[in-house]
Amino acid sequence: MAHWIEPHPTGIYVRPADAWIDPSVPVDRALVTHGHADHARGGHGHVWATRETLAIMALRYGTASGSPVDYGETLRMGGVAIQYVPAGHVLGSAQIILEHAGERVVVTGDYKRRPDPTCKPFEPVPCDIFVTEATFGLPVFRHPDTGSEMDRLLTALHAQPDRCVLVGAYALGKAQRVICELRARGHHDAIYIHGALERMCALYAEFGVDLGALRPVAGVPAKEMRGHIILAPPSALNDRWSRRLPNPVTAMASGWMRVRQRARQKNVELPLVISDHADWDELTDTIREVAPTETWITHGREEALLHWCMTHQIRARALAMVGREDEDEG
Amino acid sequence: MRAFSQLLDGLVYTRARNGKLNLISAYLREAPDPDRGWALAALTGNLDLKAVKSSAIGEMIRARTDPVLYEMSRDYVGDLAETVALLWPRRDDRPAEQDDGSLSLSAVIDRLRSVSRADAPDALAQMMDHLDSSGRFALLKLATGGLRVGISARLAKTGFAQAFGLDVDDVEQVWHALAPPYAALFDWAEGHSARPDPEGTPYFRPFMLAHPFEADSVDLSDYAAEWKWDGIRIQIVGTGAETRLYSRAGDDISGSFPEIAQAFSGHAVLDGELLVKGEFQGGEAASFNALQQRLGRKAVTTKMMEDFPAFVRLYDLLIEGEDDLRALPWTDRRARLEAFAPTLDPDRFDLSQLIDAPDFSTLADIRAGARDAAIEGVMLKRRDSPYVAGRKAALWYKWKRDPLTADCVMMYAQRGHGKRSSFYSDFTFGCWTEDGDLLPVGKAYSGFTDEELKWLDRFVRQNTVNRFGPVREVEKTLVLEVAFDSIHDSKRHKSGLAMRFPRIARIRKDKPAHEADTVIGLKKLVS
Repeated sequence: MAHWIEPHPTGIYVRPADAWIDPSVPVDRALVTHGHADHARGGHGHVWATRETLAIMALRYGTASGSPVDYGETLRMGGVAIQYVPAGHVLGSAQIILEHAGERVVVTGDYKRRPDPTCKPFEPVPCDIFVTEATFGLPVFRHPDTGSEMDRLLTALHAQPDRCVLVGAYALGKAQRVICELRARGHHDAIYIHGALERMCALYAEFGVDLGALRPVAGVPAKEMRGHIILAPPSALNDRWSRRLPNPVTAMASGWMRVRQRARQKNVELPLVISDHADWDELTDTIREVAPTETWITHGREEALLHWCMTHQIRARALAMVGREDEDEG
Repeated sequence: MRAFSQLLDGLVYTRARNGKLNLISAYLREAPDPDRGWALAALTGNLDLKAVKSSAIGEMIRARTDPVLYEMSRDYVGDLAETVALLWPRRDDRPAEQDDGSLSLSAVIDRLRSVSRADAPDALAQMMDHLDSSGRFALLKLATGGLRVGISARLAKTGFAQAFGLDVDDVEQVWHALAPPYAALFDWAEGHSARPDPEGTPYFRPFMLAHPFEADSVDLSDYAAEWKWDGIRIQIVGTGAETRLYSRAGDDISGSFPEIAQAFSGHAVLDGELLVKGEFQGGEAASFNALQQRLGRKAVTTKMMEDFPAFVRLYDLLIEGEDDLRALPWTDRRARLEAFAPTLDPDRFDLSQLIDAPDFSTLADIRAGARDAAIEGVMLKRRDSPYVAGRKAALWYKWKRDPLTADCVMMYAQRGHGKRSSFYSDFTFGCWTEDGDLLPVGKAYSGFTDEELKWLDRFVRQNTVNRFGPVREVEKTLVLEVAFDSIHDSKRHKSGLAMRFPRIARIRKDKPAHEADTVIGLKKLVS
């Protein structure tokens, strides 16, 4: 089945279209699901992606001749009909739907099923081959309700007004989602951001995502940041950069925070289980919903999901993609 | 249960001691009775439940989930209780991540106390369905015995004292007369009743402690000198009917050293040093290293007791019969102790001898010449000093042996915790082997000033050659002068050596790495 689509360690090759999906090395023709660096690389000849993803790639790589693709629009390449459908992962993220020779293949890129104020929700598309991620493909990963995690963040902030809460959040997606969730809970104070988040937040604002008042940390005296929320990429949490902050409570927004030892290793005092990836229940419910005859697993904890598919009479294989989970760790 | 499970989570994630104390005291003030009493018992290790076996918990989860998925999850998470807490299947009629509030901590404890071992898995499973993942984690930790949230009994008691504005030593005094859930303790703390009377029970009295000796000399007609032995400080409390042993922190350690408790049937309170001796150690008091074989063990085997027999070297007599001697001058107490000690079993108790020196400089010479492995230094005690709790100026001094030093080469560095989490402040250092390789011989994270720490941090960042997770390997160019109290043979380390209290004494920017000390040289310092 589907001999026209080939998984390689460096990406998925769509033979009749002579195009690669999320290739990890430069190619002539690339179909890109979303802007995270482990899916979108620089140096391709030509890129097809959503407008938002192209803007993110332009910001990061300064590049790319690209063709914007609208959600729902159908492209045709060498006898393959191609559609981009929302994946609910980050701004502009898409599943790529391929139809050829009477078969439909869905490549999810990364996805989640929970509401996210910064992007369109995932749309399930029934298919023959479902190519899924498995970042949180173990049944111990069951993300709690986002609201309860945001409440814990705000409680910690208000409990210690002479400190600040430093939240580690990935620069693309998680940071903006946390800001929007805070705004939705009536938190309208200025939020301070690390320099590495500035351009991405501005890009989100250009696409109409209202983030409220954001201020750069640089140059602000420590005492002015007391009682405020500060967002930074995870790598900055324990780095020299954080020495300028007023006695921060270190938080981290990530699906990995569900495991105590992971949080402790990162010196996190306030773990917030907020993820842009599907948890175990979402992964398995989605596979049931799209009811594929075959499931391909690109990356993550694939053994457990493979086992689950096997015990549910669903044919499945692990693709062992290289270089995934580099940037967007959850 | 939610308040308690949140407390445990907070204690897991909070590194700073003050932060932990604040969490504990806030909980103890706000939680209802008897929940908070049970929580205090759990935190101080005084909760005596028939522990549910880990294997029963494994069985319970295998019956409810795919065993293969369970094994994979366990491999990933590591801890059994946490794996099961996270994996626990959602019941269709309940949200999985919600503590429905129907279970109080005391209800959980009551159930765990009354249930038979055979029924425990079912009882646990029923309770699990009502809890969120934090609650399930707390429940499983309670059920398997041992919370392991990185706090000592002393810290929990300090949190209790802080919650109600009490002195922790005062709490310690009444503590051992009370039992969970400590209703009388909370009543007293909140001013509803008088202080519980510990009389009649072998309760703990706070130790008298010493200041480091920093003066040039003292007059030996004012101060008596005796050896400071390198074991653990211990208090023996006998009521005639019962004897208990307390550590410096007030923990009851009678169970770890049953031979001592059994050998004492008197009615008295004594202060001494717990040491081990025997054929293995040449019949003399052995180093702290030997004593370590006996520490931290709940069950003591006959073999352990034979190979590492314990005894107590007596320093002081606080109470004899009905006589409280603590207000008397040291000279009088010493005379009473010298008369009392010979009545005890000589295999288990001896008297710490005074050092006979005509003047201070002779004493200094004697101290400098002491190479006995079990000697940590010299104590100076004012002859007229009463026995008072804590560290009081000018009464007792500890004059430790001069530290040993070695020039070592920095090999690896790791970031610290809390305020130091952005600094590389934990250093592994090594010495040269005969083959010209560096072998790690110890790890230190103190001894330097804040300025020196900044310099060391910069050195690490600029000289990193490799990263292993949180650890950086550095260029082997920097010599650190490391001070340590003693060094011992160790099977645990590749170098075969273990340093006691290593710290960075100086940064030797002037010294080339190849001139650092050798492992063979260090071995000559083993005591």
